[in-house]
Amino acid sequence: MSIDLVLTYVAFFVLAAITIIGGLLVAFVRNIMHAALALMMAFMGVAGIYLLLEAEFIAAVQVLIYVGAIAVLILFAIMLTRGLMTRTLPPENNQWLAAGGLALLLFVALVYIAVTTHWPVGTQALAGTDLIPKIGTELVTTYVLPFEVASILLLTALIGAIVIARE
Amino acid sequence: MIPLPYFLLLGAAVFCIGLFAALARRNAVAILMGIELMLNAVNINLVAFWRYTKPGTPTWDLAGQIFALFVITLAAAEAAIGLALIIAIYRSRDTVNVEDVDIMKW
Repeated sequence: MSIDLVLTYVAFFVLAAITIIGGLLVAFVRNIMHAALALMMAFMGVAGIYLLLEAEFIAAVQVLIYVGAIAVLILFAIMLTRGLMTRTLPPENNQWLAAGGLALLLFVALVYIAVTTHWPVGTQALAGTDLIPKIGTELVTTYVLPFEVASILLLTALIGAIVIARE
Repeated sequence: MIPLPYFLLLGAAVFCIGLFAALARRNAVAILMGIELMLNAVNINLVAFWRYTKPGTPTWDLAGQIFALFVITLAAAEAAIGLALIIAIYRSRDTVNVEDVDIMKW
């Protein structure tokens, strides 16, 4: 094994650990504010995974939108609805056993599928190809219809959120 | 390069953690966080499959990355609407515990 490959594996396992530990904290930690901070950690781990997959644009968008916008939105929502989860109620509801069993079952099934399936993969080198201009071109040529629909969806969501949250 | 199943297993793990959080948490904001985790897991899979495309597919076939971008867009819209709903529920019912919000249950 070359040193590059070893470093890639190390980076993968560190980033995967950050992501999974963040996710587990989101699922189990009692204080909802800490859960939101753990969620930001998991988002950063996923951004690192994108970098490892050489999808730099997606990694940048992940940091901008998830860590920058969605996590901050969640923190604001927590601060606006605070002071009521302090009573001594467990953070999980009564169905936690069934939910955990279902999640575990699904995980086992997904692991089985991912490990046993023969994926027809090819790993061509992306080195030297600047893909970000291509993403922009594709968005306004091949994918122009979904692009426009997404813009209308965002506008609708914006108006809807204002109307719903207004007193 | 790292084999593709590593990324698929990471995606599966994050998805199942998010599923558990969405199903089992009492706080509505935490449920929304679980859904965001699940969407992230899907994006990991999309980008991994894009990176490990079938031999013969040109590198500039960016469908996987562009689909991931649309998923991120939808996640942003979903978070905005979901948190607006949670704030509206909090205003009218003074709780964010989903077990106390059961007026549509019979």
